[in-house]
Amino acid sequence: MSDCPVLDIKGLTVTLGTRRGPARAVAGVDWSVRAGQTLALVGESGSGKSMSVLAATGLAPRSARVTGRVHLLGTELTGLPEDRRRRMRGRHVGFVFQDPTTSLNPVLTVGRQVSEAAEEHLGMTRRAARARAVELLDLVGIPSAARRIDSYPHQFSGGMRQRVVIAMALACEPDLLIADEPTTALDVTTQAQIVELVADLQRRLGTAVVWITHDLGVVAGTADEVAVMYGGRIVEQGPVDAVFAHPSHPYTSALLAARPDPAAGGADLITIRGAPPSPLDLPAGCAFWPRCPVRADARCEHEVPPLVPVSAGHHVRTFYRHQRPTGEDG
Amino acid sequence: MTTQTVPADVVAELDDLTVRFPTPAGLVRAVDGVSLRVRRGETLGLVGESGSGKSTTGLALLRLVDPTSGRVRVTGQDVTQWSRRRLRGLRRRVAMVFQDPHASLDPRRTVAASIAEPLVVHRLTGAGAARRRRVEELLDMVGLRHDLADRHPHELSGGQRQRVGIARALAGEPDLIVLDEPIASLDLSVQAQIMNLLRGLQRELGLTYLFIAHDLAAVEHMSDRVAVMYLGRIVETGTPAQIWQTPAHPYTAALLSAIPVPDPQVERHRRRIILTGDIPSPVDPPAGCRFRTRCPQARPDCARTDPTLVEVGPGHRAACLYAGDAVREMLADASR
Amino acid sequence: MSGSEEKTSRRALSALRHDPLAVTGSLVLLLLVVVGVGGAWLAPSGVNEVDVDRMLQPPSWSHPFGTDELGRDVLSRVLVATRVSLQVGVVSVGIALVAGVTLGLLAGYYRGWLDNLLMRCMDVLFAFPVLLLAVAIVAVLGPGLLTAMIAIGVVYTPIFARVTRSGVLSVREQVFVRAAVSIGASDLRIMRRHVLPNVAAPLIVQTSLSLAFAILSEAALSFLGLGVQPPAPAWGRMLYDGRGFVTEAWWLGVFPGTAIFLTVLAFNLVGDALRDVLDPRQLTIGEARRNAG
Repeated sequence: MSDCPVLDIKGLTVTLGTRRGPARAVAGVDWSVRAGQTLALVGESGSGKSMSVLAATGLAPRSARVTGRVHLLGTELTGLPEDRRRRMRGRHVGFVFQDPTTSLNPVLTVGRQVSEAAEEHLGMTRRAARARAVELLDLVGIPSAARRIDSYPHQFSGGMRQRVVIAMALACEPDLLIADEPTTALDVTTQAQIVELVADLQRRLGTAVVWITHDLGVVAGTADEVAVMYGGRIVEQGPVDAVFAHPSHPYTSALLAARPDPAAGGADLITIRGAPPSPLDLPAGCAFWPRCPVRADARCEHEVPPLVPVSAGHHVRTFYRHQRPTGEDG
Repeated sequence: MTTQTVPADVVAELDDLTVRFPTPAGLVRAVDGVSLRVRRGETLGLVGESGSGKSTTGLALLRLVDPTSGRVRVTGQDVTQWSRRRLRGLRRRVAMVFQDPHASLDPRRTVAASIAEPLVVHRLTGAGAARRRRVEELLDMVGLRHDLADRHPHELSGGQRQRVGIARALAGEPDLIVLDEPIASLDLSVQAQIMNLLRGLQRELGLTYLFIAHDLAAVEHMSDRVAVMYLGRIVETGTPAQIWQTPAHPYTAALLSAIPVPDPQVERHRRRIILTGDIPSPVDPPAGCRFRTRCPQARPDCARTDPTLVEVGPGHRAACLYAGDAVREMLADASR
Repeated sequence: MSGSEEKTSRRALSALRHDPLAVTGSLVLLLLVVVGVGGAWLAPSGVNEVDVDRMLQPPSWSHPFGTDELGRDVLSRVLVATRVSLQVGVVSVGIALVAGVTLGLLAGYYRGWLDNLLMRCMDVLFAFPVLLLAVAIVAVLGPGLLTAMIAIGVVYTPIFARVTRSGVLSVREQVFVRAAVSIGASDLRIMRRHVLPNVAAPLIVQTSLSLAFAILSEAALSFLGLGVQPPAPAWGRMLYDGRGFVTEAWWLGVFPGTAIFLTVLAFNLVGDALRDVLDPRQLTIGEARRNAG
């Protein structure tokens, strides 16, 4: 367990069948996450950040064709029959999705929903599972958990619901927690609470976390490693300090510049033109070229640039790394 | 303050506005005694979390909600009691841009039809070629190609849709544009484009904005003055610099502290003020100071006295009995 | 912009052309209209030519659909009856559509006491058995085809009112309606330009279903002597008349029954296809929704 990554993904490609033909949502993505570590997947809509995780854990939609290798705790997942894969997932992976309202069943008590996972995957009795549910609700900071266990989701606030969802995700003591935009639907003061909670749980339980987000501030506060995705590919990847200190892909720089910085005064923001592409009409070559501020020649429009090293563990997908000074141009 | 004559440059004014809605759970006090003025050519930023009443406040300026008490004045005229028919004229002078550009455009109408709607409703141009020219002019202003005019909203990207929403708001040449979370549902790289567009249009056309958002950094960037709302009240107002650098209300300080900074070095050594609990129900707000149930610095008299906005610096006011002091102590505690 | 509206309907038509079910339905409807207009000329013999020597003849070369208990040619009667049946369907549903949509729109848009008043009236109307209502209307207007159509129209009004109202209730909460209010558009304009087009889809489906049921209702009314007066032919009337001969003369019921079935099916096929096609989101097939993020 010690050295092997909890989840390891190599060459993952996801092609969705749509009415307008195949859409390549994810194109050859490699990443891994170790116990106690947090990997942040950053990107805008259509970047493939969620799809890569869903596909890796076998939750991609039926129309999707998934290729590549996925190891969960050293076990190759892609070759497994569906029911074994589902058991592996249920036992070792917990999920927290964006909208806590739709993640909970409105007609079941929160206690029932939390204990169900424990019953099913840990083979607990009903009574033991209920005790465990109280423990978990307490762990995620729900005040007077023993009393509130028989409440229904609508009796909780948004932030409290997300805590319940986290308790559900933790019910089977997962080795990996997948948090898909878990704070996007929440207020900023509630977001701060949830970020703090996940960090605290991770310290205590040693869980590996994959945190999917578009918010670079959240990334800076939570991640050890970061992978920036665009048009289904990773465009920059590395330790969080290195990536934030020396953003080397023009897209990463653009994302960092897009947020207003109160220290910068009233100047206009530096923007990139256009909008993120849909997987249905990805540009040929480097998917970023139509928006790229540093595009150098026609090669970008035909060839996919390789991932090249910047420093230890820090890679960027570009042809022109050597032609640009390091730092925050672009 | 209400006895003073209104300066000529005030485009819109709310005077001790309250808005209450009956719900099954009881009477929701969505807005509870809000006074504000928007001056010509400025951007007033209104920031708050869900349930703060910021959107209802914006809707009140167009009289899209009925005030329970208080006054709404637009360009000097008291519109609080205006009839439905008269209000239609008001809505040429105050326009609105909505959060979700997908939902705020009629899916069955083309871009041109949506943009032209204020022109048709208020008979601002002739039909046919004149209207078409004006629509194209508006498309130019918001940076959209003319060939998008005959598309339907679902054929556009999120950013393009919001540009259509802005063009529609500009069509009637309004005195004030209420921007209700105009960037919240857009991709990050597109948010920056829309913020630049709004600022550029303001510079060019001398527009007046009420910019409503939950994103304090965006509000700070866009606004000349900022008002922070909590549970139906304005708890602090000031310039963006005052709010950002020397917040005087504990809620503002907590809000600032909760915003993650995209710098891992800063984040690692940062001590956050984490508020406990959630925003209380607006049906039954706490007595005294509304923030006291979550305030790390709450003291006994906070439960007894309902604080009003008091001056803490030039043009900087906060509704806290211990304005300034409470924040200093909070920050000292957090870094201890 | 009228130019783009035109473009929409042209695109809708071209989309319809690529749906085999819609094409089939449209062809059947076209055929029905042709028969409805030219039925009298197409019929091999007169509809009321009684021939007592040829009563209850099974289908043969000279009478492909057989003859009835009075020796009348069933094929001729089915062909001629097409016009009456279509007329009853279109006129009665037209009455129901106009009245129901207007009432439902007003009730759903303004809500409050108006909604209560209108919808309680609709409930009362809905609670009456079709025939009782029809009898009441006949008592006032006298029996005949027109009375039958008005009666059926009144009976179907509450359904259209309800479908419209429920659509309006959800559409009026949409942000784009609030946006129209924020622009200063009048209620009438908002109802006409924004609300009605967005509740059209369920109405189109309801219309196609109701056309079918209206044709069936005409049968029941005619049977009671309240609708089409004998000896004028109507499908429903023929179906009911043939009921007494199910065992010895199946053709009396089967052919008018098949005509009703085909008409109902054709209306439904076209209605379904129209609903899909009139949604602007369906026009560009496979919208690039960014659902892969």
